[in-house]
Amino acid sequence: MDVLDLTRLQFAVVTIYHYLFVPVSICLSATAAGLQLTWMRTGKEKYLHLTKFTGKLLIVTFAVGVVTGLVQEFQFGLGWSAFARFYGDVFGPTLAIEGMLAFFLEATFLALWYFGWDRLPRRVHAATIVVVAVGTLLSAYIILAANSFMQNPVAYALDPETGRAHLTSFLDLMTNEVVLAAFPHTMGGAAMAGGGLLMAIGIWRASTDEAFRTLSRVGAWTMLIGGAVTAISGDHLGKVMTAVQPMKMAAAEALYETTTSAPFSIFAIGELGHDRPFFSIEIPGLLSFLGTGSFGGTVQGIDDLQAQYVAQYGPGSYVPMIPVAFWTFRLMIGAGVLGMALAAYHLWSTWETTRRVPLLPEFLQPGRGTPGWLQRFILIAPVLPAAANTFGWIFTETARQPWLAFGISKVADGISPGLTRAEVIASLCGFTLVYGLLALVWFRLVVHLSRKPLAPPVAAEETPEPAPAY
Amino acid sequence: MITFWFAVLVLAWVLYFVLEGFDFGVGMLMFTGRGEHERGAIVRTVGPFWDGNEVWLVAAVGVTFAAFPDWYAALMSALYLPMVAILLLLAVRGAALEFRGKHDSPVWRLRADILLSVSSAGIVLLWGAVLGILVDGLALGPDGEVTGAGLGRSLGPLLTPAAGLGALAALLAAVLLGATFLALRTTGPVRRRARDIARHTGTFGAVALLLTGIGTGNRLALAAAALVFVAGLQARRSREGTSFAAVAVAVTTTVVAVFTVHGDVVLRSTLDPAWSLTRTSAAAGPEALRLITVAGILILPGVLLYQAWSYWVFRRRIASERVPS
Ligand code: HDD
Ligand code: HEM
Ligand code: HEM
Repeated sequence: MDVLDLTRLQFAVVTIYHYLFVPVSICLSATAAGLQLTWMRTGKEKYLHLTKFTGKLLIVTFAVGVVTGLVQEFQFGLGWSAFARFYGDVFGPTLAIEGMLAFFLEATFLALWYFGWDRLPRRVHAATIVVVAVGTLLSAYIILAANSFMQNPVAYALDPETGRAHLTSFLDLMTNEVVLAAFPHTMGGAAMAGGGLLMAIGIWRASTDEAFRTLSRVGAWTMLIGGAVTAISGDHLGKVMTAVQPMKMAAAEALYETTTSAPFSIFAIGELGHDRPFFSIEIPGLLSFLGTGSFGGTVQGIDDLQAQYVAQYGPGSYVPMIPVAFWTFRLMIGAGVLGMALAAYHLWSTWETTRRVPLLPEFLQPGRGTPGWLQRFILIAPVLPAAANTFGWIFTETARQPWLAFGISKVADGISPGLTRAEVIASLCGFTLVYGLLALVWFRLVVHLSRKPLAPPVAAEETPEPAPAY
Repeated sequence: MITFWFAVLVLAWVLYFVLEGFDFGVGMLMFTGRGEHERGAIVRTVGPFWDGNEVWLVAAVGVTFAAFPDWYAALMSALYLPMVAILLLLAVRGAALEFRGKHDSPVWRLRADILLSVSSAGIVLLWGAVLGILVDGLALGPDGEVTGAGLGRSLGPLLTPAAGLGALAALLAAVLLGATFLALRTTGPVRRRARDIARHTGTFGAVALLLTGIGTGNRLALAAAALVFVAGLQARRSREGTSFAAVAVAVTTTVVAVFTVHGDVVLRSTLDPAWSLTRTSAAAGPEALRLITVAGILILPGVLLYQAWSYWVFRRRIASERVPS
């Protein structure tokens, strides 16, 4: 691999890793806020315990999100300095505003919340976690807007002298049609990721404490609703993408020829090559429906688009890696739908009812409790949405190739010109090692925290507090 | 406008180095705590603050990127490996800080404390070296990039006298900031020991800086020597607030001096002065500057307010005599 490929690989590894933890943080901060408000409204102890438990999970996950996010902030200068020079006027202010507006809020208020249980009045204390949840949503929105610029550049003008992009309207940047579609989609995905984790822990520990059973259902509902949001918004996102990057959606189906009433394949066998037809199980018209909103709509094929782009942008290949696009798109949807099904099944089987549904086989009866196989393989509950998120991003980013910012700059032109191969290999090893260990320790810690009893033993008598330092 | 943003940028970096400087220092002084519970008390003095402090790095880098994209691009890509090392150590440190208290096993905590102090020291040395390199300049070519072969391209600048001096100065500053902050925020044995460290480091630092100042005729070193001396003196008198403030002022002046040594030039090219980056040549376009100006005016006062509030909420000292964990 040359410097370019290594740098791309590093960007992918580091960013995907960041995005394994971030959705969980987004979801857990909102869930902790919800649980705390429920506790204040109902006064039930178990919600207090669950709030504190979720808070601990949030803190450890957030810490990983923070330290890996810091790396993201530097990435554009480290590996992509040419890109940073050309798009500095668009990206710089966006990242700066994200930091000032969202990250300060999250970091400061999370600490106030976590350490402030007996320092702040009750309502003020509850407000701090709500602020954290809002902060995570703000940061997600702003960074997605930056990413959406790369998918669909808007609100810029190219300086005729320097060739650099200048921002023309921040408002237009923030209301890019891609970010409007991608935000609900990613937030739905985040709900699934955090919900899956809570559901798994809840099921695993349900036998030790009634509250964990509640937690498993809270998690399952979050996952299910998040799933519905991703599905609905994903459909919309697909239409937006068909309009702004038709090549991406054509690659997602390996559709070489422009087709009316194009089918969607659930599964395919064989190379997804151009010349040899491959075997696939298809749903007729579905791709047309996803892309255009009508089963009879016309979807442009790869060959036509390639010819069109050569005419527009000059010679070269504008076709992304077809198998990657094809499979990641399917795996995203598949993993997500499976996750939703799991959540629905859990809700159904722990529903407190004695009713029996005629004709249903025994294992599908409501209220029969969590089956043993699910308890044993419960790790799939958080892994499925995490996988869906990852596949979704790999699809989004690789099927944009060869463009860095669609239509205006190619990936090969964005890399830091001086960077050497040895440097990237060294840093890639460093990131892999440190991030790998971090993930292991995070996992151990989550397991450890879940094993502890929810209700802590009452503390011994209080000693008087020392005086303020200032 | 460019001068204004340059001032904001320097302010952001100053806030970062002062604020995170003290929690690096506290991290390095972990093992002045005897036993698990004293170390626990030490960690608690920075527990609620370190993350908020670290966001000043995000802000400083963000502002650099927003207002001076060429500077950001040149600095990061030229110092690729040192920056990656800082990031990796920051990752280890952040995890050690947050994970430490979430597990009851003493071995777990001991390991976290070791990682915390080692990574804190490493980061301080590296940031000091980077500041030293800023004074010296980099081998920037006409396109603002440093070329070279292999790992040496970006590691080379670390092996210069300026980098070494910067690293040592940063170590001194961080120990002082950490010790005075610890003394300010605790009671009992940890406070006593931190005060002693502040006293001794203050005296030693003042002498070292005085000699450097006399030797090189550098007025800044003399000023820093005076401030550090005051810090040591005030620590002896248990005036921890003023003692901390004196060190903070010393760090502030040093950082400001580093950013302004070459006047308008923000990043000196050691190959050809014509290739140096200046404030104007590195600045973003007027639209971008206007945008962050509006955003900054709207957002930053609020940030300063609520961060100050959080220092107020957690103003009580941490008792090192009895904090269980
Ligand atoms: C649990 C997560 C999850 C689930 C169940 C789905 N997605 Fe998704 N999808 C994502 C998580 C995700 C993501 C990781 O959040 C992405 C990556 C970039 C983005 O904006 O969202 C994404 C991207 C993404 C894109 C590309 C957008 C772009 O290139 O900017 C499309 C067209 C879809 N999705 C469509 C769907 C459809 C039709 C789904 C049907 C159910 C679906 N997704 C389920
Ligand atoms: C604001 C958000 C983001 C920005 C600005 C961004 C920008 C970039 C840039 C500059 C590259 C390198 C050039 C390229 O290969 O295209 C890249 C590649 C990549 N990014 Fe993103 N990215 C963002 C979010 C994400 C997220 C959240 C993920 C995954 C979780 C992701 C996954 C990838 C992958 C897999 C690649 C490699 C693609 C390839 O080289 O073929 N990105 N992105
Ligand atoms: C490549 C682009 C990205 C950059 C430059 C970036 C930058 C950062 C930084 C610096 C932090 C740490 C903030 C702190 O210190 O408190 C962070 C955390 C966070 N990021 Fe990212 N990020 C990127 C991708 C994404 C994406 C695509 C999303 C969401 C859709 C996202 C959402 C968040 C959230 C919600 C947090 C706070 C929660 C947490 O720390 O776990 N980021 N990010």
